[in-house]
Amino acid sequence: MISNFKFQISNLLVFVCLIIFVLSIQDIQAQIAVKGETVWTMTGEPITNGIVLIKDGKIEAVGTAAQIKIPSNYKIITAKVVTPGLIDAHTVIGLNGYLNQPHDQMALDGSSPIQPELRAFDAYDAREKLIEWVRGFGVTTIHTGHQPSALVSGQTMIAKTFGNNVDEVTIVPTAMIAVTLGQDGLAGQGKSPGTRGKQAAMLRAELIKAGNYKGDPRDLKMEMWQKVLKREIPLLVTVEKAQDIMTALRIAKEFNIKLVFDGASEAMQVIDDIKASGFPVIVHPTMARPGGDRESLSLEDAGKIRGAGVPIALQSGYEGYVPKTRVVLFEAAMAAGNGLSKRDALGAITIDAAKILGIDNRVGSLAVGKDADIAMYDGDPFEFVTHCTGTIINGQVVSEVVR
Amino acid sequence: MKRYFCSFFVLIAFCCSVFGQEMRTVFVGAKIIPIVGNPIENGYLLIQNGKIIEIGNAAGKVWTADTIIVDAKGKVIMPGLIDSHSHIGEPAGADGSSPIQPDVRILDSLNVRAASLQRAQAGGITTVNVMPGSGHLDSGQTLYLKLRDGANKIDDLLLYDKDGKYMGGIKFANGTNPIRPGGGSFPGTRAKSAALVREQFIKAQAYKEKIAKAGDDKTKLPPRDLAMEALVETLEGKRVVHFHTHSHNDILTVLRLQKEFGFKVVLQHVSEAWKVADEIAKAKVPSSIIMIDSPGGKLETMDVSMTNGAALEKVGALVGFHTDDSITDSRWFLRSAGMAVRFGMSREKALYGMTMANAIMLDMQNRVGSLEAGKDADFIVLSGDPLSVYTHVEQTWVEGKNVFDRKNPLDYLTAVGGFGAGNDKFQDLDCFDGDIGGGN
Repeated sequence: MISNFKFQISNLLVFVCLIIFVLSIQDIQAQIAVKGETVWTMTGEPITNGIVLIKDGKIEAVGTAAQIKIPSNYKIITAKVVTPGLIDAHTVIGLNGYLNQPHDQMALDGSSPIQPELRAFDAYDAREKLIEWVRGFGVTTIHTGHQPSALVSGQTMIAKTFGNNVDEVTIVPTAMIAVTLGQDGLAGQGKSPGTRGKQAAMLRAELIKAGNYKGDPRDLKMEMWQKVLKREIPLLVTVEKAQDIMTALRIAKEFNIKLVFDGASEAMQVIDDIKASGFPVIVHPTMARPGGDRESLSLEDAGKIRGAGVPIALQSGYEGYVPKTRVVLFEAAMAAGNGLSKRDALGAITIDAAKILGIDNRVGSLAVGKDADIAMYDGDPFEFVTHCTGTIINGQVVSEVVR
Repeated sequence: MKRYFCSFFVLIAFCCSVFGQEMRTVFVGAKIIPIVGNPIENGYLLIQNGKIIEIGNAAGKVWTADTIIVDAKGKVIMPGLIDSHSHIGEPAGADGSSPIQPDVRILDSLNVRAASLQRAQAGGITTVNVMPGSGHLDSGQTLYLKLRDGANKIDDLLLYDKDGKYMGGIKFANGTNPIRPGGGSFPGTRAKSAALVREQFIKAQAYKEKIAKAGDDKTKLPPRDLAMEALVETLEGKRVVHFHTHSHNDILTVLRLQKEFGFKVVLQHVSEAWKVADEIAKAKVPSSIIMIDSPGGKLETMDVSMTNGAALEKVGALVGFHTDDSITDSRWFLRSAGMAVRFGMSREKALYGMTMANAIMLDMQNRVGSLEAGKDADFIVLSGDPLSVYTHVEQTWVEGKNVFDRKNPLDYLTAVGGFGAGNDKFQDLDCFDGDIGGGN
């Protein structure tokens, strides 16, 4: 009798769990219609009174209210302005946490100047508070990883900003190798690299060694460099001064490797060379502090580099103190206030960023078949006083705070 | 006098210096936000000899022939911004020898040619409280400056009180920054921090009493003690304590110390103000807050909130803003007000917090902080709504003189950045439009 009772209880529990599970699945995959007075699809001109239909986590349809009929079982969410989920083209959050204590700062290992074997996803904390923070402003995808404070600090990765663990959120496990040329990439304390010339020599020596590497015995560094030499992954080269930009171009040419420029506050000094290379620029945060190698940065850099015909994205970058992270929406806003057109400022944190990161098949615009990642605002997304009213990732409402 | 190379306004200043008496200048047609009083849509602002003569509605107004008329249609004019906590001009206060150094003056350290001062002008800041850092319980005396143009020495930027003394406060800090376990005489805990500060104020009370007892008999005066002199000024309310404080318990410690010693205090940063807003309001103590784009960066700011402005406004506490430059950049100081509004503050109180609230905190509300007849002609000309990201500060005026003009190439360079923007400035070449050499 007792065992039977137990059996019934456990049966009931299984049944209840099953119901909860089914309900939660339904909730996650609820079909949603997002209505916006202005919908920036980033595939063309913004749509006035537009609708985005979401089915099973993907974008099902995009168009005007006249073109699209919302099925009766779709949950309707309304916003003044609708954009694709924002992409932060370069950050360190998830590796560096908000407390700024040794236990939550994982974006730099200082033991050696060249460590391409350090995988970002072995350190990524998907539940870090700063990720939740930027998600509340509409950021849905981040390119994050090892910070620009060593010659080669490690790998970067690309992740969505919602999920419980690294495997669930990762889009690209190894996106780029983080390289820093110039002052910030010096080792200090009498160690190498101690000069710009030494930085280039050390980097070249590694690439030459990798060219001769046969795979036995296994060498984690060489395996990564070979991917670079095979043009499978680019170097994310953080450079500010014009001479460092030229060094990076020289090395790229010597080894026929791919680069993505990062920072590049003196890009306009050598813009013809950058343009000829075809390499894109993830421009320094607009509000970054002038100083050090960044002494000549300008609020107008993004507008000017884009104006010269070089593909750009914007970033929150790396911060060592306060604010512990910038918010890429705010950096784009300031660029929009200083010479970058509204479309291009939004592009630099959506579709143009997606293209540079090689993920535009999945995110960056509101187009049928893409991931349903959406940011919603109660006004011009760039105005200081506008709020983000909601964020959707993979068709799931992941933030409803008004921020 | 190369100044007549630059803008029209400076040409006026040149002419005026010839005549000895400045001509009246009136800005007509702008939306004027006087801060005290309602905004005026089609307003005028009349200035002369560095002072505001009159403001009002421009409709039907006729100006005398000796008045220079400036068309300001489509612009917004508001008082020059006041930054109640900044580190521009490379200030250096206390050294590592002890945790409490009231004797140290940043007056003796400032570089008046630093580009950071000009960046502040570009951001519309006309009055600023420049402070030493927060790595000490007391890192020394602060300085209230007017960001006038053409300064060759610190004296050119000082403000004087009615007794003819240059104005400034004194910087205190609690929380983790001044705590240095094993750092000699520095505190290792919060309680020790409070005890060390109390000990010094009690000493200062005794010093003050000795002076009072001596009366006119100079032989009975205690030997001069620079640290005690500064603390006595503080006890007398002549020197405002600018108290760096973040977490709720540290904020309450400041209120406790204030109550015990009766000094005038401004809570600086006040990251967890939202947790103890009622207590702050009850103590009738003003707060100078900072808008930071994300929480954290250190343990005691993990709960910093951009709702602090709204929380303090709600309980009726006086709240102003600061840049803490270089923590936030002076050039976009107005953004702080915008972000505060985003997080629940009223537009009126946010703009008040950029101007008048800070004037009150620096004891100069009779002189600056609003556009009212008789006050200093410190104002900014904006291209649009002060809280919009698309708005630029077009001009900054201090005491009737144009100190920043976005149309001037060198001023533009300061405002947006670029090659040479960070170099020390040669003030007498301020308006020179060309290659000034020397690596610029």
